[in-house]
Amino acid sequence: MQIMKFIKSLAYPSEMLPPIVEEESHFDPETEHSAAKLGMWLFLATELLLFGGLFAAYAIFRAKYPVMFAEGSANLDVVLGSVNTVILIFSSWTVAVAVTAIQENKIKLVQVMLWITLICAAIFGINKYFEYSYKLSNGIGPGTDIFYSIYFAATGVHMLHVFIGMAVLGVILKRTYEGRYSKEKFTAIEIGGLYWHLVDLIWIYLFPLLYLVG
Amino acid sequence: MASANPYKTYLNIWLLLMFLTFITVYAAEFDFGALNVPIALLIASVKAGVVALHFMHLKYEDSMTWIFAIYPLFLLFLLIAFSATDIFTRVAN
Repeated sequence: MQIMKFIKSLAYPSEMLPPIVEEESHFDPETEHSAAKLGMWLFLATELLLFGGLFAAYAIFRAKYPVMFAEGSANLDVVLGSVNTVILIFSSWTVAVAVTAIQENKIKLVQVMLWITLICAAIFGINKYFEYSYKLSNGIGPGTDIFYSIYFAATGVHMLHVFIGMAVLGVILKRTYEGRYSKEKFTAIEIGGLYWHLVDLIWIYLFPLLYLVG
Repeated sequence: MASANPYKTYLNIWLLLMFLTFITVYAAEFDFGALNVPIALLIASVKAGVVALHFMHLKYEDSMTWIFAIYPLFLLFLLIAFSATDIFTRVAN
């Protein structure tokens, strides 16, 4: 039956297309919600292991070349790193508030919180840009030594995640204006929020390891 | 959410995280020798735990989600520990 319908739809495209029902649940909504969340946690596990390779490289090379790591770490800007830490944790808080707010149908609050999050993410990126350009203009690049290889790789991959998180939250923000989310339908906001918290989690480890403990 | 006023809880959690960040930066001023990294990792792990439990709602999740959250930590441990035991027990030729 389905196949016949499909073939028919090829012949009469306009007639055959069923009306688009957006994001219809495959199961009951509650099961779908928890399944989506579990899927996100599984994805976060792979993300953690993506950074795991970098953490392993850090641990081994640090043990092998402690002096190089101490010198490299001392050359990083602790103030800028601390500011970025505060900004990122703050944006994690605003996302957490947004996830709770949507469950109380406070759309306005969700929008404000997501805007703040995006602005924080942008400031984080701008700070990182200054940090990178300052290093590069001083002739320090990813090829300078192993410490800077790891520094640029880890913070670079992390920055990429910040950009992806901005894109995800940006799309969610746009959709809140279209009235797509409500007390009953907020899965996207919750799992988008989970992703953003992971970006925060990774930075919580990167900051002390790269900037502080030289 | 289970908490009576989640917004207030979030605010407290955020203040706690700010405090721990301050401690991290402050502790780095002192040299604890070989304990520098363990101390930094300990504070970072407390922060990460707080973020996961409260901001990511792990506190309210079922045991399946907990397994999904903790299992990768075990894999991470395997990755780092076994790489390290390999590298540092090689006999130089």
